[in-house]
Amino acid sequence: MKLDSKIPSGPLAEKWTKHKFNVKLVNPANKRKYEIIVVGTGLAGASAAASLAELGYNVKAFCFQDSPRRAHSIAAQGGINAAKNYQNDGDSVFRLFYDTIKGGDYRSREGNVFRLAEVSVNIIDQCVAQGVPFAREYGGLLANRSFGGAQVSRTFYARGQTGQQLLLGAYSALSRQVANGKVKLYPRTEMMDVVVVDGKARGIITRNLITGAIESHSAHAVLLCTGGYGNVFFLSTNAMGSNVTAAWRAHKKGAFFSNPCYTQIHPTCIPVSGDHQSKLTLMSESLRNDGRVWVPKTQEMAEKLRKKEIAPKDIKEEERDYYLETKYPSFGNLVPRDVASRNAKYVCDEGRGVNETGEAVFLDFRDAIKRDGEDAVRGKYGNLFDMYQQITGENPYQTPMKIYPAVHYTMGGLWVDYNLMTSVPGLYALGEANFSDHGANRLGASALMQGLADGYFVAPYTVGDYLANLPYEKIAEDHPEFKKAEDDVKARVKQLLTINGDKTVDHFHKKLGKIMWNHCGMARNAAGLTKAKEMIRSLKEEFWSNVKVLGTGEELNLSLEKAHRVADFLELGELMIDDALHRNESCGGHFRDEYQTPEGEALRDDENFAYVAAWEYQGDGKDEVLHKEELVFENVKLTQRSYK
Amino acid sequence: MNLTLKVWRQRNPSEKGGFKTYKISGISADMSFLEMLDVLNEDLSDKGEDPVHFDHDCREGICGMCSLYINGQPHGPHQTTTCQLHMRSFKDGDTITIEPWRANAFPIVKDLVVDRSSFDRIIQSGGYVSVNTGGVPDANEIPIPKVIADESFDAATCIGCGACVAACKNASAMLFVSAKISQLALLPQGKVEKRERAEKMVAQMDKEGFGACTNTGACSAECPKEIKLSNIARMNREYFSASLSTENV
Ligand SMILES: Cc1cc2nc3c(=O)[nH]c(=O)nc-3n(C[C@H](O)[C@H](O)[C@H](O)COP(=O)(O)OP(=O)(O)OC[C@H]3O[C@@H](n4cnc5c(N)ncnc54)[C@H](O)[C@@H]3O)c2cc1C
Ligand code: SF4
Ligand code: FES
Repeated sequence: MKLDSKIPSGPLAEKWTKHKFNVKLVNPANKRKYEIIVVGTGLAGASAAASLAELGYNVKAFCFQDSPRRAHSIAAQGGINAAKNYQNDGDSVFRLFYDTIKGGDYRSREGNVFRLAEVSVNIIDQCVAQGVPFAREYGGLLANRSFGGAQVSRTFYARGQTGQQLLLGAYSALSRQVANGKVKLYPRTEMMDVVVVDGKARGIITRNLITGAIESHSAHAVLLCTGGYGNVFFLSTNAMGSNVTAAWRAHKKGAFFSNPCYTQIHPTCIPVSGDHQSKLTLMSESLRNDGRVWVPKTQEMAEKLRKKEIAPKDIKEEERDYYLETKYPSFGNLVPRDVASRNAKYVCDEGRGVNETGEAVFLDFRDAIKRDGEDAVRGKYGNLFDMYQQITGENPYQTPMKIYPAVHYTMGGLWVDYNLMTSVPGLYALGEANFSDHGANRLGASALMQGLADGYFVAPYTVGDYLANLPYEKIAEDHPEFKKAEDDVKARVKQLLTINGDKTVDHFHKKLGKIMWNHCGMARNAAGLTKAKEMIRSLKEEFWSNVKVLGTGEELNLSLEKAHRVADFLELGELMIDDALHRNESCGGHFRDEYQTPEGEALRDDENFAYVAAWEYQGDGKDEVLHKEELVFENVKLTQRSYK
Repeated sequence: MNLTLKVWRQRNPSEKGGFKTYKISGISADMSFLEMLDVLNEDLSDKGEDPVHFDHDCREGICGMCSLYINGQPHGPHQTTTCQLHMRSFKDGDTITIEPWRANAFPIVKDLVVDRSSFDRIIQSGGYVSVNTGGVPDANEIPIPKVIADESFDAATCIGCGACVAACKNASAMLFVSAKISQLALLPQGKVEKRERAEKMVAQMDKEGFGACTNTGACSAECPKEIKLSNIARMNREYFSASLSTENV
């Protein structure tokens, strides 16, 4: 099967306009005859559900939390990019496009990324109209900051709570459509399977998390907006419930999974403190605008720090190694995430880590406080500093923060074409759940932009194009395909509940996480990956023979919910390993020890790997089949990324 | 540290619940409160007992999903969310009592999990600016003085956790409702509908069975996002001017 990305022909800047003109429209009076399922109510899902309902479609929206407002998007801190050029500092749609393609290490599609940059400006207008309280200057106009590897100030923010404010905006638009009767909400409901009839996605199977009821929902199109799969590593900055289940079940029903090995490790997180740890906390990378990253120049000095024989302030200026500033003079502390993370790993591997575990570097605000005063620093980062102090018990105004990289975002996801449709007709993937726009590395403040671009401005056009060719009749919910899918889900619930082994679900999740972090984390190599594949296979076998899930299927049962998710993570983990192993190059967040420049930077192989890897499921325990979508670059020149 | 936990257990909404006592040991000061409960649940699972159910997701103090009434205070001893409460706030040998939010409008689902969908229905009744996607003015065409924007922001930080309701002896939702009404009433975008919004949201709040305001400020004192009481005053203003203007019609 040949993958068709359906990128419109013609000049880059005209593709989307042309495409919008060419898509088929559904007559306003007929829109109410179509039913659309939106799974997920984060930025992507809430914005899509609201916008489609406004157009007149009937929408059913699902999420596993108790309210749509709690989707994981709520936790985003730093900001959202848009090429408004309000600061007159040389930004433009083309520059945002260029930065995103380059930041992604030339592993994303030109057409998609340009469209993203193009609609970014509409997102800000939309959010402001909804009453999202972005930061403002004294003159009353919107404020911007530079963020995560950008040399222009194009990031809009709402203190350290940008995701919260954007999501509450989208949630309010969604709530309005609930009141209008155009959206029906299904909170505390988990999608368990996609139902495919005659090659088209025609509905989903869900489990009501309170009653355990397994139910069928028929529709004309299904949109998966279910977020990323970072929790495959057990410890990550994702919310506890974030999972791959919806995407993975779709994958098993024929949707290709792309670039699963592209994961983003965020450089500024609070280091792990012990085995009890359930999640990692991100410290917004906006902190890198004013904080300086350093470790001691010598191992001896670091050793003393680790033993608490000396304090950071005892280390003289000439004994400090501001390694990012030295190595990358033009970007300094603002190098992209993958570069910052990898360098933190290097200095810690050299024995220069600064906390008890040896896995931490300093992020120091001493100079910013000296320069701008404590109040100014508090004004910008107060809530982040408070959070840090809550968690660690240390005061960052007085002693430098300690940070270490942690899993944060997954660039990989379901393969989609330009219309955001997966390889299953009628099945779409939006937001972090798809693979589309960030290549091998996502720039800061670009995920919020992508989620809202997909939901507010792309899907409402492209889904209509598909529906325009579809008859109004819905497939009955007692159709054999629905019955069969329901039975499969019930059988799986029963199986999990009857294994009755002696290890908890978390036991397996933690073990999987360790394997992934050690062998498919910040740096990978063929030997480690090969070993990890075997380890995951046997862990999976042990899971299905020895996991202990208590309670019944007919009630709120948190261990059963987790068991489903961990079972899927175990399968995904193996695919991530296969993907990482097959990609014999380094690019962005995928760093293979065997492929690096003499300076230790990622060494791409454009001749052999400038493609999107799209994996096709073949059945339980079988190796998946790889399809390649060649990436064509007509507007940018592929160069070695340099941030020197 | 070693602790004694008195935890509310209730299988489902219709069954009668009660406290159960658990001893737990080996808790470190660096753990969060929810990580302490994770340890308890691993112990219970190992023994073949049903784990304690509680709501949580982000564990970063922002999603508003975690709850818990700890030693008589919503979210425990500090003005923060339960997920951001750390065990260094307790000491060896302590007894900790853990209950769900108690309010008629928040029925218990299981153990410590309650149903807060009444909050969603209040927002659906009017907690938005009525704009569709597309066709809106350029963002900088609506300048907003920074002080106003900041005040609106302070109200917008509400995470919808429901601690204000749990803290109130009348189980009033005034602080939550007033935060949303204030956020939008302060902004030019939200001004247009402000009266109607206040009227509808207050009506829905009453319909859900939340109690009347006690005017004691217990809500704001326990709110993890420090939502101010002045929002309630603003809401009352909006509400009364709304009822006046409809009488005039
Ligand atoms: C701590 C943190 C900070 C971040 N900061 C930034 C930032 O500053 N700027 C930026 O651009 N990006 C940031 N990101 C990334 C960004 O927040 C996410 O990529 C983005 O919000 C994802 O949005 P989404 O709509 O795709 O998915 P989510 O918001 O994750 O929503 C997923 C939805 O799917 C539902 N769901 C999932 N599985 C199922 C299922 N099986 N059944 C039913 N429902 C399901 C969930 O209930 C939820 O409603 C940050 C991420 C983290 C973790
Ligand atoms: S007002 Fe405060 S306590 Fe009440 S729901 Fe909002 S954040 Fe929670
Ligand atoms: S778990 Fe999200 S606020 Fe506590």
